[in-house]
Amino acid sequence: MSPSLIHTIPLSGQVINLCAAIMLLLGFAMLSQRRVLTLINLFMLQGLVLFTSTLIVAITTHQNHLLWSAGLTLVLKVIALPYILHRLIRRLSVKWDVDTLLNIPTTMLVGIALVVIAFNVAQPISHLSGTITRATIGIALACVLLAFLMMITRSKAVPQVIAFLAMENGLFFAATSATYGMPMVVELGIALDVMVGMVILGVFFFQIRQQFDSLDIRHMERAKEQ
Amino acid sequence: MRQLLLLDWVLITALGWLAIGLVGVSFPRRLTLISRVLFPLGAIFGLVLALLALSGMVAGTQVRILPLGLPDLPFHVRLDALSGFFLFLLGATAAGISIYTAGYFRKGEGTAPGLQCLLYHIFLTSMAFVMLADDGYAFMVAWETMALSSFFLVTSEHRHAEIRRAGYLYLLVAHIGAVGILLSFGVMAGSAGDYTFDAMRDFSILGFWPTIAFLLALFGFGAKAGLLPLHIWLPEAHPAAPSPVSAMMSGVMLKTAIYGMLRVSFDLLHAQLWWWGILLLLIGLATALFGVIFSAIQTDMKRLLAYSSIENIGLIFVGFGLTLVFKSFLLPHLAALALTATLYHCLNHAFFKSLLFLCTGSVLHATGERNLGKLGGLIHRMPWVTWLALVGVLASAGLPPLNGFVSEWLLLQSFLFTSGLPQGYLNMLLPVVAAAIALIAALAGFAMVKFFGVVFLGQPREEKLSQAHDAGRLERIGLLWLAAGCILLGLFPNVVIALLDPVTRLLVGSGLRDAASSHGWWLLAPISEDRASYSPAIFFGSIALFTPLAYWAVRRYYHGRLKRVPAWDCGFPLQTSRMQDTAEGFGQPIRRIFSPFFKRTREHPSPFDTQPRYRSVVEDPLWYWLYLPIARIVDYGTRLIAFLQQGRIAIYLLYSFVTLLALLVVTRG
Amino acid sequence: MNFYALFAQLLELAIALILAPILTGWVNQCRAWLQNRSAPPLLQTYYTLSKLFHKDVLLAHNASTLFRAAPYIIFSCMALASSIVPTLSTDLIFSPAADAIALVGLFALARVFIALAGMDVGTAFGSLGARREMFIGFLAEPALLMVFFTASLISQSTSLSTIVETLAHNEIAIYPSLAFAGVAFSMVSLAENARVPIDNPTTHLELTMVHEAMILEYSGRHLALIEWAACLKLFAYSCIGIALFFPFGIPEASDPASLLIAAAILVFKLAIGGFVLALIETLSAKMRIFRAPEFLGTAFLLAVLAMLVHLLLEAGR
Repeated sequence: MSPSLIHTIPLSGQVINLCAAIMLLLGFAMLSQRRVLTLINLFMLQGLVLFTSTLIVAITTHQNHLLWSAGLTLVLKVIALPYILHRLIRRLSVKWDVDTLLNIPTTMLVGIALVVIAFNVAQPISHLSGTITRATIGIALACVLLAFLMMITRSKAVPQVIAFLAMENGLFFAATSATYGMPMVVELGIALDVMVGMVILGVFFFQIRQQFDSLDIRHMERAKEQ
Repeated sequence: MRQLLLLDWVLITALGWLAIGLVGVSFPRRLTLISRVLFPLGAIFGLVLALLALSGMVAGTQVRILPLGLPDLPFHVRLDALSGFFLFLLGATAAGISIYTAGYFRKGEGTAPGLQCLLYHIFLTSMAFVMLADDGYAFMVAWETMALSSFFLVTSEHRHAEIRRAGYLYLLVAHIGAVGILLSFGVMAGSAGDYTFDAMRDFSILGFWPTIAFLLALFGFGAKAGLLPLHIWLPEAHPAAPSPVSAMMSGVMLKTAIYGMLRVSFDLLHAQLWWWGILLLLIGLATALFGVIFSAIQTDMKRLLAYSSIENIGLIFVGFGLTLVFKSFLLPHLAALALTATLYHCLNHAFFKSLLFLCTGSVLHATGERNLGKLGGLIHRMPWVTWLALVGVLASAGLPPLNGFVSEWLLLQSFLFTSGLPQGYLNMLLPVVAAAIALIAALAGFAMVKFFGVVFLGQPREEKLSQAHDAGRLERIGLLWLAAGCILLGLFPNVVIALLDPVTRLLVGSGLRDAASSHGWWLLAPISEDRASYSPAIFFGSIALFTPLAYWAVRRYYHGRLKRVPAWDCGFPLQTSRMQDTAEGFGQPIRRIFSPFFKRTREHPSPFDTQPRYRSVVEDPLWYWLYLPIARIVDYGTRLIAFLQQGRIAIYLLYSFVTLLALLVVTRG
Repeated sequence: MNFYALFAQLLELAIALILAPILTGWVNQCRAWLQNRSAPPLLQTYYTLSKLFHKDVLLAHNASTLFRAAPYIIFSCMALASSIVPTLSTDLIFSPAADAIALVGLFALARVFIALAGMDVGTAFGSLGARREMFIGFLAEPALLMVFFTASLISQSTSLSTIVETLAHNEIAIYPSLAFAGVAFSMVSLAENARVPIDNPTTHLELTMVHEAMILEYSGRHLALIEWAACLKLFAYSCIGIALFFPFGIPEASDPASLLIAAAILVFKLAIGGFVLALIETLSAKMRIFRAPEFLGTAFLLAVLAMLVHLLLEAGR
């Protein structure tokens, strides 16, 4: 390893690497965040970073369909979903602090272990890939795992949904960086899925709250068969 | 007449200690003789040994066969760079401790002084022989003598039940460990049955046997060093022993285990596997973290230091593990760097931990208290001990420009330049380990501030502390010697590194002397000046220059007026010494952050208690998870066996008869 | 060791001693503006220091020599620290004397002395402050070290001069790991300089103070030295931040012309840095003391992540 090696990557690749790092940073920020409002803002930022990196990939590799998916990201993840989420929590009035099942430093430690695993697991895959940004696959995988961890450790429904969306962000990022994006149809399908999922979950929230007077999904434990 | 080799002189010195002990036991109640003549003489012998060992490190290997031992099992002894280094450590530390002990004897406490003198010097001699032994037999004899003599020293105040209990635990773990070492030698000697180390070097065992030998040795020496699951005796035995003995055990005896482990891993076994290194690294890390967290919450000053010893042993093993990793990946220069850090830390720990233990001895003599909650404010009564303890505390906390910092610096450096190992996970593991070491070092600072602040600073927490007296003259000399060691080892790292060069060349085939000394004596740059450099002399010089300069400037341009007033304390009218942080209070953040590490029982007073009592006991969870279950299993097993014991002679004879018959049948078939 | 290096070194020390109180004044001024208060003058810290130096020292009966020596030691530690960090030039005579690890050790040394001084008089607040300071320190110190390690891995050196040279003068490259390190470093420096989310430099409310609790018993010239040392610490941390994350403009040579330009750039960067600090302080609320380990633990883990990200994205394979 030498300091000069990084200079072999073109500038656009370096920017994408930076985006990847910021994605991961935001993933960790979400993992360590207790407040729902900040969580949504972080999610929005993650969408913005995703948009930027997709845009850069699209421009540098002249892949026009990526421009579309960048636009889709912008509309869906930076504008629409955060807006819906904001409205949702206002309607549900759940601005309070989120309590976590594990304490935050422990969660972070687990997160670090996940990153180490993700980096090593992704190494053979990224050797196969020929794109300029292949090193970011490990980070994308780490983002997915971190979001998954967040889903596990949160006890309230709204943060779980945000974690679910963040996981989709990670997947999308992996796709862009490894193979310059999925086919358009798949992407549209996923976008639709996310949208529909969001709506269903929104309805679901209201139902939970009506039923239990709280959004704490630990109440769901009671719903299992006795 | 044969010419006397350096090795012979070393042997003579070591036996000289034994002679001192024998003289001492001949006059068991002559306190003046023992404390004014014999112990100072022992200290001089220590100095001589240190000097001899220093020249022995560069003189090359020397061997001898002694006319001792069993008829066809003579003792083989050998002096090479590795044993020379550890003998130097022994001699230099023993010099300080012996002269201190000379002043420490007051009146007949516990065992008679003459007997203690004998035991103490047998302890010293046996440690020297552990480092000199060149065959498994001599090694084990010296090792067991060391364990036994230290056991008797630990239990010198055997009238207290808890001291007897601590001593028993120590002896038990020491013996279980010794079995491990013995078996390891057995594996290495193989079928040849020759227990000399030379034979083990020549005989290359194959397959998984080296691993088994290594693991057995790790178990055996780990029990002596206090590695994680086997550390249990350490925090019990150290507080029970008289302070000079604690100092000797913590400063030197723990290092014999490091010596043994180094001897087995690098000298007796031929090839090293990389995962041995990782194993040592991880165990060492766990030990260090465990030790430092527990040391931060202790309320007994010697127990605090004992846990701090566990931490330092852990750090030493981290360096050791790293050396093994590098050696197995054929990176000799990095291995030399890591090994230098390891050995340097051994030496540093010997000095600062002995110093601190001796300081607790003086405090104990002056106040009769070990409990941190009943000390305080001793800086006004015991200035000598306080300032010398401050040196030890700063060294132990790993602060520049003292010695503890140098070895931590070297250790961190060896972690930093490790990228490019042919193992993906390993490359990522090592920075994380480095981060953990940084955390451990910082926590050590916390524990040391607690120790020093609660014992020496603040207001005295008890009335009787105002009667405390400072250490005597001989005690001061001993403390000064060790404190000077801490400072010099910190200020002249290049000298030490040059001394360590033959050892690293012997063990890993590379050394740091050229790299370290190419920039002059004042600049430590183990790799190159561009990559990393540290100059304790300039560092210390600047602080030593700035401080008086600031003092002078303030006096010159302003004034030095001063009024003594009662403490302000934010205007609180009522202040007592009870309002200071206790040791429990100081450790509270650690207890809270690291709560999963502890087993904790608390008694909270209810709001209606007329005589509220608060009690909080923090215990070692391993005791409950590991030791008590094992004890229960052993107990159960012995009860099963006890079934054989029927108490009638006829039945015992029947056992013998049946055994005899069975043997006859088996051998016939 | 040439003449210019010596000159640059002395100049850097002098600039640190002079600029440090002004930087603190500037941060206070910005904060006052942001909070719609009328601001104290820029040189207010100087006036305070001068007032304190002129006053008599009131020393508690129980105070020992250590208590009286500590301000001088802390002051000289901080002065040394701010002259080690390369701000004006990377060609300094002190730069081989202490690398990044030694710099962290120097901060730790000062911290230990201030904590011990806090415990010396034996008041309830003193030991409370000392305990909190050490407890913040044991988390912040490794985090700071890891930030340095990330930079060291990039430049393959722990020498501060080499780090700055690599980051500032080699071909410009984006180091994603520095993004992590930067966040971690900002968190650490807020904690270490007794700034708002962790401590409040202006409070004297008993239950919330950390730094102030330790130095309650100090007065007169001793207090002045400690305050000055605190300014120097803030200055040194700002300079570390500049050196690691915005090193552009720190010259390798130390001839007078480049020094002059470097000084101008430094003042400009410090002004911006001070404003950002005031902004952060205004926007955030003081945490409970038991949120502090979470905050600093996050900083520590982020710094560790920075190293891992470096190994993944930047190291060659």
